[in-house]
Amino acid sequence: MALLQTEGLTAHYGDFQALFGVDIILNEAEVVAIIGANGAGKTTLMRSIAGILRNAPDMVRFDGASIGARPADEIMAQGVAMVPEGRKLFPSLSVEENLLIGTYGRKTKGHWSLETVYQLFPILRERRNNPGTALSGGQQQMVAIGRALMSNPRVLLCDEISLGLAPVVIKDIYKALPVIKAAGASLILVEQDIGQAMAMADRVYCLMEGRVTLSGSPESLSREAIHNAYFGAMA
Amino acid sequence: MIWVDTIIQGILLGGLYGLFAAGLSLVFGIMRLVNLAHGDLIVMGAYLILVLVTLLGLSPFIAVLLAMPLMFALGWGLQKFVLNRTLGDDILPPLLVTFGLSIVLQNALLEGFSADSRRLPTDALTTASVQVGPIALGVMPLLTFASAIVVIIALNQLFYRTSLGRAFRATSDDPVTASLMGINPTHIFSVATGIAMIIVTIAALYLGLRSNFDPSIGPARLIYAFEAVIIGGLGSLWGTLVGGIIIGVAQTVGAAINPEWQILAGHIAFLVVLLIRPRGLFPRSHD
Repeated sequence: MALLQTEGLTAHYGDFQALFGVDIILNEAEVVAIIGANGAGKTTLMRSIAGILRNAPDMVRFDGASIGARPADEIMAQGVAMVPEGRKLFPSLSVEENLLIGTYGRKTKGHWSLETVYQLFPILRERRNNPGTALSGGQQQMVAIGRALMSNPRVLLCDEISLGLAPVVIKDIYKALPVIKAAGASLILVEQDIGQAMAMADRVYCLMEGRVTLSGSPESLSREAIHNAYFGAMA
Repeated sequence: MIWVDTIIQGILLGGLYGLFAAGLSLVFGIMRLVNLAHGDLIVMGAYLILVLVTLLGLSPFIAVLLAMPLMFALGWGLQKFVLNRTLGDDILPPLLVTFGLSIVLQNALLEGFSADSRRLPTDALTTASVQVGPIALGVMPLLTFASAIVVIIALNQLFYRTSLGRAFRATSDDPVTASLMGINPTHIFSVATGIAMIIVTIAALYLGLRSNFDPSIGPARLIYAFEAVIIGGLGSLWGTLVGGIIIGVAQTVGAAINPEWQILAGHIAFLVVLLIRPRGLFPRSHD
């Protein structure tokens, strides 16, 4: 059975409909990439799963339970953590406090703790007493990922973790993902930058204008098919 | 020497204004809610202490301990069932609702306790003083000031040393991202208002011990509290105490020059600070 599943997921911002019946599946110990252009609905999909946007109960199912209508704090407590787009560190909190607050709603013992997060990203130990916002973009992204890991989530949602970072920094960040997967989390990676996500993913979904236009394993998809699904066949 | 005395009395008076303002500062800092009923809630707290003193024959200092959990529960409920519904992108609903609450409280107190001015029963302590060199310091003003310091130290410990304090700061920064940490922002807001009401109760104790009160004096306490918060800079608790001290000193100095100038001098000091430092003395670096 799927660990996390959306079924006919729709989402609206006022009169504007952003998602038109999206079906995706994440299995245990799997990495799924969701790619698509700006405005395709990727972030809306993540926000719907995480509970920031509320939906009908059955539109999102996690571990057999319908969570579509649950608020974000309850969904997080059940083990779905999100690294939000734009990192969203708390400026009033130090680096270490940003990490510690990741356990506020879920104090599950597991692989991840302050110590293991510092092992994953050693630079954060040096900067632990800095305000979170005093760090470089890549370091801030490490804090945002570490913060989400602190609760030992079963599902980690990563929304555009390479956004605005230099290629060398992106490589550093992506090096952490196999470790995170090995520690027992299933991942959903949302990316505009296809390369990194495809290399890491077991399966890929391509979104365009609020609909899934393509899905499959990275090897099974031709460049042309991805191009068409990403930009539309006419592009 | 008289001037030194005046200024020290002003600083001690500032402790009272700091107590008035600390709850307001806490609530505004966490949820950007300006509670226009804050002054009336202080007055209500004073009546609550008075009722407990009268009914149970307690000392006001014991009665305040009983009043604190009651006021916490009231603040928690007020936030959960009323004020949380007013929070959002529009800043007008909370202003309107708390303004309405202010009027309701004043009139309810007027119905219940009449317009007579009341006072908490005092004992020898309230008129005692200690002699420091040539200056006599009242025990009650010293106690007020010490309480203000203790309240602000306690709040700072809560904010910077506990998990709840981290949640307060995170929710203040960004309630949506805070919810991704498993924090329920509306619950955090309710707890914060409950804590603010505990501080209101302490402020009410000293209000009632030091001077007369009647149902109509709430709005003036709100103004002093407001000015203290703004002078100190939004979000800084020590700044709020400094703001209270500045108003207190301005008032006693003004009164020493001419008794008619007491209230006016406090307001003028507030305007002068606003002219020089529009964001207050200790503003937060980000907002």
